Amino acid sequence: MNLEVENLRVYYRTLAGDVQALDGVTFGVDDGEIMGLAGESGCGKSTLGNAIISLTGRMKYIEGSVTLGSAELPIWDFDEMNHHRFNDLSIIPQYAMSAMNPTRKIGKMVGELLDSKGVRHKEYTPELKRRFELVGLSQDVLNMYPIELSGGMKQRAVMVISTLLDPSLLIADEITSALDVSTQKAVAEMLVEFRERGFVKSMIVITHDISILYQVADTILVMYAGKLAEKAPADTIINSPRHPYTRLLISSLPEVGVTYTGKRLTGIAGTPPALLNPPEGCRFRDRCPFAYEKCLEEPPFVEIAPGHQTACWKEI
Amino acid sequence: MSGPQNDARDNGEAGLLKLDHVTKVYSTGTFGGGQLTAVRDVSFEVKPGEVMSVIGESGSGKSTIGKMILRLSPISNGTISFDGTDVSTLKRRALKEYRRDVQGVFQDPFSSYNPIFKADRVFAMVKSEFFPGTSGPEWRNKIGLALEAVTLDPTQVLHKYPHQLSGGQLQRLLIARALLLDIRFLVADEIISMLDASTRIDVLNLLADLKGRGLGIMFITHDLSLGNYISEKTVILRRGLIVEMGETQKVFGNPTHPYTKMLLASVPQLHHKWEEIAEGLKVPDSVVIDKEAAAKKTYETVSEILAPDADDSVIVETEPNHLVRFSPEEAREIEPAAVAGKTE
Repeated sequence: MNLEVENLRVYYRTLAGDVQALDGVTFGVDDGEIMGLAGESGCGKSTLGNAIISLTGRMKYIEGSVTLGSAELPIWDFDEMNHHRFNDLSIIPQYAMSAMNPTRKIGKMVGELLDSKGVRHKEYTPELKRRFELVGLSQDVLNMYPIELSGGMKQRAVMVISTLLDPSLLIADEITSALDVSTQKAVAEMLVEFRERGFVKSMIVITHDISILYQVADTILVMYAGKLAEKAPADTIINSPRHPYTRLLISSLPEVGVTYTGKRLTGIAGTPPALLNPPEGCRFRDRCPFAYEKCLEEPPFVEIAPGHQTACWKEI
Repeated sequence: MSGPQNDARDNGEAGLLKLDHVTKVYSTGTFGGGQLTAVRDVSFEVKPGEVMSVIGESGSGKSTIGKMILRLSPISNGTISFDGTDVSTLKRRALKEYRRDVQGVFQDPFSSYNPIFKADRVFAMVKSEFFPGTSGPEWRNKIGLALEAVTLDPTQVLHKYPHQLSGGQLQRLLIARALLLDIRFLVADEIISMLDASTRIDVLNLLADLKGRGLGIMFITHDLSLGNYISEKTVILRRGLIVEMGETQKVFGNPTHPYTKMLLASVPQLHHKWEEIAEGLKVPDSVVIDKEAAAKKTYETVSEILAPDADDSVIVETEPNHLVRFSPEEAREIEPAAVAGKTE
């Protein structure tokens, strides 16, 4: 197991009280595993990614542990985490397109970044150029300002820069959502290629688009309202999901290659609960067609088949 | 390019909105010295009760077409007519009347509202602008009907601020606002893309209901699966040019233009992996990510690896209600007579 997250709880401080955005999640990511993390906006998927790498601002660490390799990460200590960030674990942020310093040429920016990590950047220049070529960027890019690149090019440049030191864990947060379909496919396939080439050991790919995950991820973890709903191999999540939320979600997605004349898909009625004072028990209860008395208690996230975990009383 | 118009005549049903060789040129650069052709010679028509998907990647001109229809942006060349009237000639009262018939809803529901005011202020503005004479109770009744049409509960959405409502609710409120005007045509520009998966389908189904009421809808999107679900007809745009259009089932079931194939091969599907799809469409997987070609030049988007369509390319009807753009040589091979008739 490369990454192990144990009962992690992270809240957001607001004037009205704590928003329980990430409420006790436990899961692991294997060596070489690409784990997709899916869910609606506000379900806590980005909070989970951010908590592992940089817990800042209004985020409040409550409890839980994150172990990468054999060492526990001090995620509650922002400064201490500086030793791990970029070296051991890295993130491609949601707005990678605006993640670069607009006043520096890209080559210089990377140099400064490496220097700040105590790495001699000259040693890495050939590797940087080689990796730029790999993703279809010419070496000239190093002498360009970010404004000279298109959105897709910036995205690829950030991907290369984030993984330059071969981190053991990469978190990719919604990196395909602002791209055109053809560019989206290229970027998604590059993620897999980065893993194949050993640039990163394992990966968490966060997105709301579950069909992208089916294409690139080995396993998919579905979150709902700050809690884990289901984790299983990608094929299982798409073809035989067990949690009612996953089932309804998958069946509500329109597809290419299906003829819909007269057929209607249905959405999931209702909205997720507010996380300021979330209800006791299963948080999907109010929208779930199968809910019964037992659902007033919180369902545990347990294994129901090898490699398949879910949190639903009906499935246990 | 007279295919769709012919069909209209065949069915004896007139088109509601008709684009005839529409071109849009933007001036670029500091002093407007540069020129950018965003939309090139686009012709199609939408009938009442029909959803037309306009699908394209960024920069394809899909939103520009929507803006020209809504009179938010002038047309450089060609005509857009609504119900037989040339839209660009409308002034003052006639233009206001046009806005009663044709309305738009846009991508980001959160920035369509003024955060300082309550969300239902958009209704009040419609009243003061278009229905000053309507009495209070009558107006409230009208709002009730419009909200019912978009399946919103008035108690949940009225007298609320935008931040208190979800994206899906805000988007449906904007559609309700358009319905207050008794519109006959709706331009829906990426209205689904900001919404969550579980609420998306409700807004799509709402559009299907409106279609049932005889509304013509232009559904602008980059998401092929949404277009496939909702629309009868599809237009695929690339750099301002129509590359393929016709009945949705034919365009998606028998994609012919290499660009359409590439798009279909790139869409992440739920039950088929990319390799399978590429094999089924008989496109080399490398069309989409051709690393060698990519390394030689710094391309802007992956789709640019595909050669652009030549200026003298022509649209040919390959089967009834399915039109595809070909180079003149290819077109001559396929159907010599059709090309002779269509190159004007």
